[in-house]
Formats: sequence, structure tokens, C-alpha cells
Amino acid sequence: MRPFREAVISLVRRPVLAALSVTAIGLSLFILGLFGLTAHNISRALAAVEEKVEIVAYLRDEIDEAQLRLVRSEIGAFPEVQSVEYVSKTEALYNASRELAEFSDVFPDVEVNPLPASLEIRLLPGRRDPHTVGTVAARISGYEFIDEVRFGREWVNRIHTLRRIAGGTALIVGGSFALVAMLLVGTTVRMSIHARSSEIAIMENVGATAGFIQRPFLAEGLISGLAGGALALALTFVAYRLLDRTVMAVLWLPDLWIVAGIVGGGVLGMLAAGRSVRRELKGLYAI
Amino acid sequence: MIRFRNVTKHYPRSGTALANVSFHVRKAEFVFLTGPSGAGKTTVLRLVHMEVAPTEGEVIISRFSSTRIRRREIPQLRRRVGFVFQDFRLLERLTAAENIAFALQVTGANRSTTRSKVMRLLDHVGLAARASAYPAELSGGERQRVAIARALATDPLVLLADEPTGNLDERASLGVFELFKQLNSLGTAVILATHDATLLRRYPETRVLELEGGRLVYDSGAAAARPPDGDSDDSSIFELMPDGLPRDDTAKQPSGSKRAGPAP
Repeated sequence: MRPFREAVISLVRRPVLAALSVTAIGLSLFILGLFGLTAHNISRALAAVEEKVEIVAYLRDEIDEAQLRLVRSEIGAFPEVQSVEYVSKTEALYNASRELAEFSDVFPDVEVNPLPASLEIRLLPGRRDPHTVGTVAARISGYEFIDEVRFGREWVNRIHTLRRIAGGTALIVGGSFALVAMLLVGTTVRMSIHARSSEIAIMENVGATAGFIQRPFLAEGLISGLAGGALALALTFVAYRLLDRTVMAVLWLPDLWIVAGIVGGGVLGMLAAGRSVRRELKGLYAI
Repeated sequence: MIRFRNVTKHYPRSGTALANVSFHVRKAEFVFLTGPSGAGKTTVLRLVHMEVAPTEGEVIISRFSSTRIRRREIPQLRRRVGFVFQDFRLLERLTAAENIAFALQVTGANRSTTRSKVMRLLDHVGLAARASAYPAELSGGERQRVAIARALATDPLVLLADEPTGNLDERASLGVFELFKQLNSLGTAVILATHDATLLRRYPETRVLELEGGRLVYDSGAAAARPPDGDSDDSSIFELMPDGLPRDDTAKQPSGSKRAGPAP
């Protein structure tokens, strides 16, 4: 408890410096929070689009009941497959007449249904990447009674490119801001060490252990980081409410992200403090 | 208890501060370390405190040797070696009692023992009534007493004092010096660095180590300080004054030919 008590005393004793430090960390993490909010919403939107990705296998007209049952059950047993829906020729015609309203008058007059029956195959979440979809489609097209397989290759590719760009940007922007936050915490802790140099000299003089001298500064970094994380969370929430009410419906961050953000702030703060402590107090008891 | 064996200290920028210095200080002994500015007095104290390591030779403090001590052992050594500075080095934002308590707390003392020990120490240095005064409210002599009480907080075997009366008037100096003597009589060894000739003359019975240009040129107690095991490396090399006392002209001729031994 002593390191935390001393860290709090040190922060309270230099309120302006402490506030600046926490604000700076908070703003840095707020940018990350905004990015997290954007990334989360993009991710959910992508997931919604991805939900629609399915493989459609058109069946030859000559397929009989037994063969159809066999093909369905075999495809349904693929480890990547979530569900297999059979769409008969009649259902296909009905769907077409419903979806293509401008031709609705033509469909009743058709004597022979030109549309093929099909299997609509949905893959499990996490298995809808271009490679898996392509592999499964190729496997399905190998069946004798499958005439043609379509799965919107371009859509699948685009969705995944978007996700990769979003992930890469998050990594670069997030990493940069985390670095800035670490530099700020490190500077603050270094200033605290300098401000307490006379105390440190006395502690060293009377024989306080190196760990005893160092721990309050690490605690200071941890507290600053956690407080910065909390501030960032508050600012991100305000931004979320504003966006949600005035611009568009936005999803709030998952709980795990919130906890990870605050804990991450603390860890960043402590790492930065540790770096400063190692640099500034490396001469402790060095002879 | 404290032994210097052929100690040389060379600083990269300022050159040689001590050259081949050997001496031995026994338990509960009182020693004046004297010599002009730049003679190496502070370097001797810093070596005893293990703030610096000798370039050559060995410094032994109780069970700690400069050649073998590990970095994590130095805090233990520092608790056995109190240090009093000329400029007091008190924390201005803390009261007299808090300054002493600080030394106790940072060395792991618990709260209940801290309070009673602080009061005992303040009483010991004659400042019980000034416990809640801040350093700025204390006289120079009183501040130095607080600094001494702080140095005593860890029950050291030896007190090092670097020109402790340098910033004090004569009356305060004597008061502080008497306090050192009193502490010494209770069993704490004292090594007091000073170039105050008046002080040396006032206490002629006290052992004097005199440095000049980094060399030990005089040891009034070398024979008495000879280690019991017969190791005479730190005493035989000094030519002692016939009466073992510093002359009145100590300050003027600190390394007079009559008592300056060959360079050790």
C-alpha cells in the first residue's frame, strides 16, 4: 500500500503536472477509444455483410430424390458448413417473381420453368474468408449433379480487404498513440523523480532498498495510466452518445474492450514509468 | 571495524584524490579527519559510506569489503554507517520529527516503533520541545541536531560527519561537537572531517588523521589503532608525534616535517 499512498501523495502534491499527464494519456487513449468505436462498428457492419455470403450450387434437372438427399447430407457434413437449404425449381420461380416485380406478369405465362433447383450453402462464422469459400465451392462443384457453383468471389474478397485495411490502420494508429502516451507518462514520472531527488538522496543515504525507492514511481505510472484510461472511457462514451443521437445508430464497445482499454492504460503507464525509473535511478547504490 | 588497506582513489576528471592510504578505526573510537580543502577528507568518508569504490586497495567496514560487496548489500551497510552533512540536508516540507521518522520509515520500521523512537532521538539531541518545528524555523545548530538524530535512526555503528560545524557559529559548533562526543561515549564510533583548527586544539586527546594532497601524512593514534591480529600494515608506516597530540600550528603547517611520516 505504501507505494500507492506515496504515488497518490506525489500526484496530489503536483496537481497541475498530474492533471496534464492524466489528460494527455486520456486524450491519447480517447483517440484509441474513438478508433475502437469505429473499428467495432465497421467490424459489425462487415459481419452483417459477411452473413450474406453464401455458396449457391445449381442442380442439374435430372437429379432424383435419393441423389439430392445424398448430396445435401454430404455437403452438410463438411466441417466449414453451417447449413444447407434446398430451393426447388418452383421456389426459385416464386422467389424470382417476388424479387423481380417488373417481370411478375411474365412468370405465370411460362410453360416450362427455366430456373434450376439449387442448394444454398452457408458457412460457419469465421470460415467465410475468400480462401475457405473458394475451397468449399471447388469441392462442391466436383459433384456430378451440380451444374454450377456461385459464391460472389469479388464480394468476399472486398469484404476481407476492407477488414485487413481496418485492422492494419488500427495497429498503426493505435500503436502510434500508445507510443505517445508512453512518452508522456515516462516524462511525467521522470519529472516526479527529479522533483523528489532530495528525498531519494536521503533514502539512499540512510539505506532504503532500491526496490523501496523505485516502487512509488512505478505505482505513479500505473495510477496515471489507469486514470487516463478512465478519462478516455468517459470521453469515448460522450462521443458515442453524440454520434448515436445526432449522426447515426452506433454500437457501444464490448465490455471486454472497455476492461482491456483501462487495464492497457495502466500497463502502458507502468511500462513507461519502469523505463524512466531504470534510466533515472540506474545509479542507485552503484559504486 | 573500519580499515583502509593501501587505498587509492582516482577520479577520471579530477585525478587522484587519495594515494595509498591505510588506517584502522576501532569500535566506538572518535577520530578527527583533517587537512586542507581538496586533501581527500570527503573521499575518505564517501569510501566508508561506499558511495564510491577504491581504484586500488580495499576498504573494510565491519563485515563488508569494497572488493566483495554486492550492490544489493549496500543499503544494509548504509544502515550501519550514519552520515551527517555540512548543509544538513533536511526535507524542508517535513517537521523535525517527520524528518527523523522518514529515515525510519524508508528503512522498514513500523509505525508504532517509529513514533517512540523519534521522540527518544529528539530527546537525545535536546530537541524534544522542537519536534513539530519545520527546518526553516530552526537555528543552524538545531538543524544539525535533527540531521544527527536522523543519522542515528538506524542505530549505526559509526557516524560520519563531513564538516558538520562548517555552517555554524562557534557556540553552536561546540554544542554539536559535544553531542558527537556524547554519542561516542555511548558506543558509536565517529569520524568527523573538519579543518577547524580551534576544534582540534580544544580536544587534544582525540585521535587525528591528517590528509594532504590525498596522502595520509599524520595519524596520532596509529599505534593504538593497530589491529589485534598483529596486522601492522596500517600503523607501522606512520611516524608518530612524541606526545601523540597535534601541535598548535596544525592548521598552519599540517604536514610539518616533525610528524609527517613517509608516504604510505
